[in-house]
Amino acid sequence: MPTFVYMTRCDGCGHCVDICPSDIMHINKTYRRAYNIEPNMCWECYSCVKACPQNAIDVRGYAEFAPLGHSVRVLREEAKGTISWRIEFRDGRVKNFVSPIRTTPWGSIPSPTELEAPSAEAMKSQELAHEPDALNIDKLPALTPDQLKLGVV
Amino acid sequence: MGLFSRRKTVFVDSDVLVVGGGMAGCGATYESRYWGRDLKVVCVEKANIDRSGAVAQGLYAINCYMGMQWDENQPEDHVRYARNDLMGLVREDLGYDIARHVDATVHKFEEWGLPFMKDPETGRYQREGKWQIMIHGESYKPIVAEAARKAATQVYNRIMVTHLLMDKTKPNRVAGAVGFNVRTGDFYVFRGKAVIVCAGGASHIFKPRSTGEGMGRTWYAPWSSASAYALPILAGAKMTQMENRIVLTRFKDGYGPVGAYFLHLKTYTENAYGNEYESNWYEQTKELVGDYIDRHPVPTCLRNHAILEEVKAGRGPIRMVTKEAFQDPHLETIGWENFLGMTIGQAVVWASQNIDPKHTNPELTTSEPYVMGSHATCSGAWASGPEDYAPDEYQWGYNRMMTVEGLFGAGDTIGGTAHKFSSGSFTEGRIAAKAAVKYVNDLGRDEPQVSEQEYEELEKIIFQPLENYQVGSNEIVAGTVSPSYMLPLHGLQRLEKIMDEYVGGISAHYTTNTPLLTRGIELLDMLKEDLAHLGAEDLHQLQRAWELQHRVLASESVTHHTMFRQETRWPGYYYRADHPKLDDTNWHCFTLSRYDRQSAEWELEKAPVYHIVD
Repeated sequence: MPTFVYMTRCDGCGHCVDICPSDIMHINKTYRRAYNIEPNMCWECYSCVKACPQNAIDVRGYAEFAPLGHSVRVLREEAKGTISWRIEFRDGRVKNFVSPIRTTPWGSIPSPTELEAPSAEAMKSQELAHEPDALNIDKLPALTPDQLKLGVV
Repeated sequence: MGLFSRRKTVFVDSDVLVVGGGMAGCGATYESRYWGRDLKVVCVEKANIDRSGAVAQGLYAINCYMGMQWDENQPEDHVRYARNDLMGLVREDLGYDIARHVDATVHKFEEWGLPFMKDPETGRYQREGKWQIMIHGESYKPIVAEAARKAATQVYNRIMVTHLLMDKTKPNRVAGAVGFNVRTGDFYVFRGKAVIVCAGGASHIFKPRSTGEGMGRTWYAPWSSASAYALPILAGAKMTQMENRIVLTRFKDGYGPVGAYFLHLKTYTENAYGNEYESNWYEQTKELVGDYIDRHPVPTCLRNHAILEEVKAGRGPIRMVTKEAFQDPHLETIGWENFLGMTIGQAVVWASQNIDPKHTNPELTTSEPYVMGSHATCSGAWASGPEDYAPDEYQWGYNRMMTVEGLFGAGDTIGGTAHKFSSGSFTEGRIAAKAAVKYVNDLGRDEPQVSEQEYEELEKIIFQPLENYQVGSNEIVAGTVSPSYMLPLHGLQRLEKIMDEYVGGISAHYTTNTPLLTRGIELLDMLKEDLAHLGAEDLHQLQRAWELQHRVLASESVTHHTMFRQETRWPGYYYRADHPKLDDTNWHCFTLSRYDRQSAEWELEKAPVYHIVD
């Protein structure tokens, strides 16, 4: 379901261009607004739809297998920490869903540099950052193989 | 560009260079900083790490979590599970290593703000299945990217890395990478003492079922362009199990996932006439693979096999029986949110075709093949194992270092470790990063040097498609047909057709043989020659041109590996019609290949499968 952009809503801000993982949202030089330059390389990931401050981007299911008349709209609200969906079927039935997207404030993840620097001893061990504490068990498991087996097991 | 090019060359120095900012790359970046406080940690990504890689769209489950704190599973159990699912062949040392660390990764994700569903009675993570836990993962990638951004010295978005650079003095040592900025067209030379390849696996090397506007709706992301393989292959790294492509059973057209449906919603499949069908093929499958069909759970490829046979027998389509489960409003919500969280396209397909699974049992299909290293398959680079227990033959240096010095990998890049998924890929990035920091510390003053001659030659090659187009397009009035150049899409479609028809794609019922593979290689060779004539109209098309280059090289590797393994190890993924049975006597082994950049020759060999878990 490739994306398309409504002419009257897009202000050419370029958020969609910045975020598109497939690099297919570009600014049209004549109209100075965004559009999908390569619909057949669109994964319908909705990254651009979610990122658009003007709600100017929508999706029309791939012509190859999606009959017209449907809509799947989304509103992602970072401050509220939610994402809301509205699905409208071809025959007019509607379903709504809301899910949380994050439980902590955006930008709140500490950098590893804020943690105490690891010792030379720790560098030699098999433990990774935050271990063993973050494992919630006493220590990192390890194998002590007494023999190696070849063939089918 | 061309004669009056204003292209700049930008040099970036780093101690640890992370190529690709998906799940593995974010893990590698984070961990590099933890262990290397004073090191320069640089992450390069062809898109934007906030929404890049396979998890760009989100995920509704974390598919690799032991739950050791509640004694739900131990790492040994995961090794047995992955080994069973891959028909006996996995790197148990690497798989165990991921499994023993993965819980800590997942606990950090929760601390960072990823919403987890909890079992209301026990308070534990809500299990979807034995290994899967359920999340509200719409923002999984932006959250993980935030951790990486905080850790990196710098993240470079929108730079497509095309080649690795080798050390001037030691030919089998990596020294950095080159690429170009997709927005400015500047040429980038990254010097790196250690390089961790965390790039994506391969979609779009086999012709997809949808070839029109819907061709981008592949199961794996269309931006997963096989850089995970092309970069190490060109650097001379040994690759393993590249024949082990995967075919997915998914909801039709949207490729919406079935995991939550099978495991949590307890839906099941039936043929077009409402009958169970797997038992129809039990004896026949046993003929092919012996006792592997009796294992539990039944390996993914063998379940595919039953579907393929049932459809060939004329009793398709196979349907998922959802009508019962969807009467429960809670399960209905999960069924829909599962798509909205990770495969929105499936919700669109159902809305457009008036498919409400409460009233209609939706069709399933088997996808085109994919080559990747993190799902129920394990193609990738041959890597050194953990120091504390890996067998000698699997250990030649630092953990997750490939057979090229200083070159590390994680996620789709590393072979032999199936079922790592998102959390395991991030974890493997962390494992590789700690080893890479150790490697950099141990280097002392013996630092790799990039060769000016090498990167200058590469610069010319990298930007050549722009020149090809500029010159060639003056020959013709307009349009896409030129006698002098080929557009990236032309090359992609030729590649997909060759792989489909000769190497076991959908139109060949996933079947191939020696004559087909031999012819496939001849055609791939010609395609490779033609790649010198790729034409790119702009920088976006230049990115497509290099994605195609990576896909072609990976495809060549897949084809040689498929030819080398003279058995059908994974029926349901692909069939060698000239060797239709699984052959443990001769092929209970890994396949390894090495590509020689100078001669363009492939060398293949076998490596032993050591079992270290009972």
